[in-house]
Amino acid sequence: MKAFTYERPTTLADAAKAIMAKPNAKFIAGGTNLLDLMKLEVETPTHLVDVNRLPLDKVEDTSDGGLKIGALVRNSDLAADPRVRKNYGVLSRALLAGASGQLRNKATTAGNLLQRTRCYYFYDTTKPCNKREPGSGCSAIGGFNRILAIMGTSDECIATHPSDMAVAMRVLDATLETVSPDGSDRKIPIADLHRLPGKTPNIETNLKPGEMITAVTLPPPPKGVQIYRKVRDRASYAFALVSVAAVVDAEGGMIKQARMAFGGLAHKPWRVEKAEQVLAGAKANAEAFAQAGEDVLAGGQGYGHNDFKFPLVRRTLASVLTTAAHSA
Amino acid sequence: MINMTNPVGPTPLDKPGLVGQPLDRIDGPLKVSGRATYAAEYHDEHPLYGFVVQAAISKGRLDEIDTTAAEKAPGVRLVLTYKNALKQGPRGTSGNPQLEGPSIDHHGQPIALVVADTFEQARAAAYLVKPRYAAEKGEYDMGSSLAKSFVPKSNNGVPADTASGDLTAAFTNAPVKVDVTYTTPPQTHAMMEPHATIAVWNGDSLTLYTANQMLMRGTDMVAGTLQIPKDKVRMVSSYIGGGFGGKLQVEADAILAAMAAKVLQKPVKVVLTRQQIFEITKHRTDTIQRVKLAAGRDGTLTAIGHESWSNNTPGDTFYESAAQATRSFYAAPNRMTAHRLVTLDLPHSSSMRAPGEAVGLLALECAMDELAAALNMDPIELRIKNEPQEDPEKGRPFSTRSFVPCLRKGAELFGWSKRNATPGQVKDGAWLVGMGMSGAIRGNPMLTAKASVTLDKNGIATVRSSMTDIGTGSYTILAQIAADMLSLPMARVRVALGDTAFPAAPGSGGSFGANSAGSAVYDACNVLRGKLLQAANLPPDSTFNNGNVTGLGRTVSLTDLVGPNGLEADGAADPGDSRKAFNQQSYGAHFAEVGVDRDTGEIRLRRMLGVFTAGRILNAKTARSQAIGGMTFGVGAALTEDLVIDKRFGGFVNHDLAEYHVAVHADIPAIDAVFLPELDDHSSAMKSKGIGELGICGAGAAVANAVYNATGVRIRDYPLTLDKVLNGWAAANKTGDAVSQRKAG
Repeated sequence: MKAFTYERPTTLADAAKAIMAKPNAKFIAGGTNLLDLMKLEVETPTHLVDVNRLPLDKVEDTSDGGLKIGALVRNSDLAADPRVRKNYGVLSRALLAGASGQLRNKATTAGNLLQRTRCYYFYDTTKPCNKREPGSGCSAIGGFNRILAIMGTSDECIATHPSDMAVAMRVLDATLETVSPDGSDRKIPIADLHRLPGKTPNIETNLKPGEMITAVTLPPPPKGVQIYRKVRDRASYAFALVSVAAVVDAEGGMIKQARMAFGGLAHKPWRVEKAEQVLAGAKANAEAFAQAGEDVLAGGQGYGHNDFKFPLVRRTLASVLTTAAHSA
Repeated sequence: MINMTNPVGPTPLDKPGLVGQPLDRIDGPLKVSGRATYAAEYHDEHPLYGFVVQAAISKGRLDEIDTTAAEKAPGVRLVLTYKNALKQGPRGTSGNPQLEGPSIDHHGQPIALVVADTFEQARAAAYLVKPRYAAEKGEYDMGSSLAKSFVPKSNNGVPADTASGDLTAAFTNAPVKVDVTYTTPPQTHAMMEPHATIAVWNGDSLTLYTANQMLMRGTDMVAGTLQIPKDKVRMVSSYIGGGFGGKLQVEADAILAAMAAKVLQKPVKVVLTRQQIFEITKHRTDTIQRVKLAAGRDGTLTAIGHESWSNNTPGDTFYESAAQATRSFYAAPNRMTAHRLVTLDLPHSSSMRAPGEAVGLLALECAMDELAAALNMDPIELRIKNEPQEDPEKGRPFSTRSFVPCLRKGAELFGWSKRNATPGQVKDGAWLVGMGMSGAIRGNPMLTAKASVTLDKNGIATVRSSMTDIGTGSYTILAQIAADMLSLPMARVRVALGDTAFPAAPGSGGSFGANSAGSAVYDACNVLRGKLLQAANLPPDSTFNNGNVTGLGRTVSLTDLVGPNGLEADGAADPGDSRKAFNQQSYGAHFAEVGVDRDTGEIRLRRMLGVFTAGRILNAKTARSQAIGGMTFGVGAALTEDLVIDKRFGGFVNHDLAEYHVAVHADIPAIDAVFLPELDDHSSAMKSKGIGELGICGAGAAVANAVYNATGVRIRDYPLTLDKVLNGWAAANKTGDAVSQRKAG
């Protein structure tokens, strides 16, 4: 770990000033990922701006019937919020499927969105990694890649985004609120937060330098059954091999609307509109579910050890949609 | 001196007492309140901090190692490399030299130690050490290197190969047979406490506060490495946060800390990080195992063959004795076992909990399940059918063997009769449910040991021994033995362990700890009883009761007999010929029920039971903890644990506990262990056997057999992950039959 300086502002304005005052400064909230990366010198910030004292830790109702989640709301608190439990079950379940109790107590909403990949080679500074060291190569391609991406990959990177929470927020069409150091604010649909790796896997989001997520807003609760199904190697404390967040509105064996987002597949929560369009108005049967699976996986590529994710997505999706259609 | 050549006969422990009771650990309150001092916590020594720099290549040499920037970094006192390391003895059973030269034998090998005033300074400066390598091509894949395998030297006098009868002929002629190859991956011990040492020199004497399971052997290795007399080395391991074989030897933390402390003339602390432990210390090798079983139609085995390949670093002769248990487990006239070693440029492999049996039974006990299926016979009945009356290879009697009672009792308690023998038939919602079982067998060694006991004028007895407690309960069982022998309550017995200043005991490893140190404590107490009787002028048939001794119509308090300075007695124990005259093993039977998600192939344990016999149980509570801990280990071995070799670069891909998956609480919903009563007076003075490793032996095979029963998919490459289940189903859909499947790539 490289020596760094540290400050703990109490206002947004001070935080914005602090992040721009020194080169290579970084925000730190829960620190559940950043500190590990700093110990390994995968991340080497020279200055940490601790945002934990900023007034961003509330979950509030919005005027349109949705929910505004402060950036510093802890994962445990968000999962336990009665409004989330009642109206956004997919989010509560996704949060509780992630990490461990201790980590969820520390981890924050914005920090969870911005956590970095769990690709083994990203953490191993003795190996090439384009995300860590642009241009050095990708060790995962041709290496052990069982947990890595099959969708939206590039020749430079096959990392996945590891969050469960983000997958649920993606299916709920969440919007991020941010402020920039110049004081301007903007709203970013969650679909536009994370980038695919392309030629620049080191650039993971569309946030601008110093731009800070202050809140995540959820639209009014969607109609239908909400499911989060996480498939993993052990029953707790394991990242998703594949996860499915689904909101399915079905009646009498017909699907009115199905929304689906996937974790464990790509550099960002994966969602395919075509698959949802095909399901809208379709009979809830195996054939429709299989077609949805094909549409979700269109254009994907396996890298050997992770080839099993293709059948796993098809099977898990069919199971989730069957359960949803039957419980509607 | 207790010598186990002759059976121990009636002892004071035969009457009901504290031994056997489920007493809480006497060190428990210290541990939960943070007052048990672990190796890294001797803060009064005010040590400097060392951080290890590791090789980034797997084979080759250092062309240059530039330490200039690190030496100039804040707080740095020393950067130790091969250029300024102390001269050390050769690598071997009494040497683990570090920073010997520029040669790199494996990925992650220590190439420098940076010592600074604080841990943070040392770690930061460690990243400033700039090595330049001349890399060479290495060999990292055992499967493609089998042609280069060789017969290893014998392990502790146990031969690599054995054979009797004519395996080939018997196998060829048998009506029912299986010939199957299983693989197990590398594994890491994943104990909670990392390897840690504080080294303190006082003149030419060295004290190491360190996490080590076998301190006497440790002083040999430290002395041999540093080329100093053994009596100048003191090792202290009062409390150890788990070992599982990973702390049997002196590792780089201790040698590097000792060298740096010598150079700086200041105490130095070195704690390995979790990531460093994976490659700097030993791991369990991967194995390839081929098992051949042949039987008549009635299930009588006619041939048993078990071959195993494992690997190690160049020059390291340890091999995984995976076929060793097969030599004793089942009767058959035609037999063969063989071990082969392959040299690979990987980190060192060595013992991990139940070396040999833990992975050997994953193959043998699944092959037995396959044979039972081929015979259309219950797997328990198949095992009972082939129960030997004596050691099947050497014809020696068993000291005790209660395998069949374990099978019968376990079947009854678990509800085995409800199992549907046809795979894939039992459903519970989205789950396919299956039951599986396996036998357990583990060698029961004993080594020479010493202990002392003092009784002071206040009636407090203190036991001393360099035995260790690695979380097993050594403190507690030794207190129970002494309490019963001296007729004292637990509150009046103290136990001091984990210090080579105390009488020599071998420590914790190979399930020999309780047999060895316990017998020495028993003997010390027996000697003390003699001294007390002498002081009381009472005959040997006097009785000790409630802190008094009664004989010849007189009752005398023990405290009145010890005098103002107390009384001390030394004890010693020796296995004698007991292991040569008798085949000594502990036994058990595992039963597992799993659910397999019919959509995702996820495997989850639903419940598990182990029924064991291991002689007299010294503490029902710590014994059960040992057993279910071992079984949990077995569940991890079956389902999740996989230290992945990068076959391009060498070294391990996953090296933290987020990606090396041991079983977590949620994976172990309902687990229990039962010990059946047994006494073995050829085993130890307590008539007990070792139990530290029995729980893992066969446990994973029971889980794997349950997965087959649930799904019809026979997976022969551990761990059994969901991708292998899906592959098995895909293959079965093509053939319309239950099939086995092999790992791709």
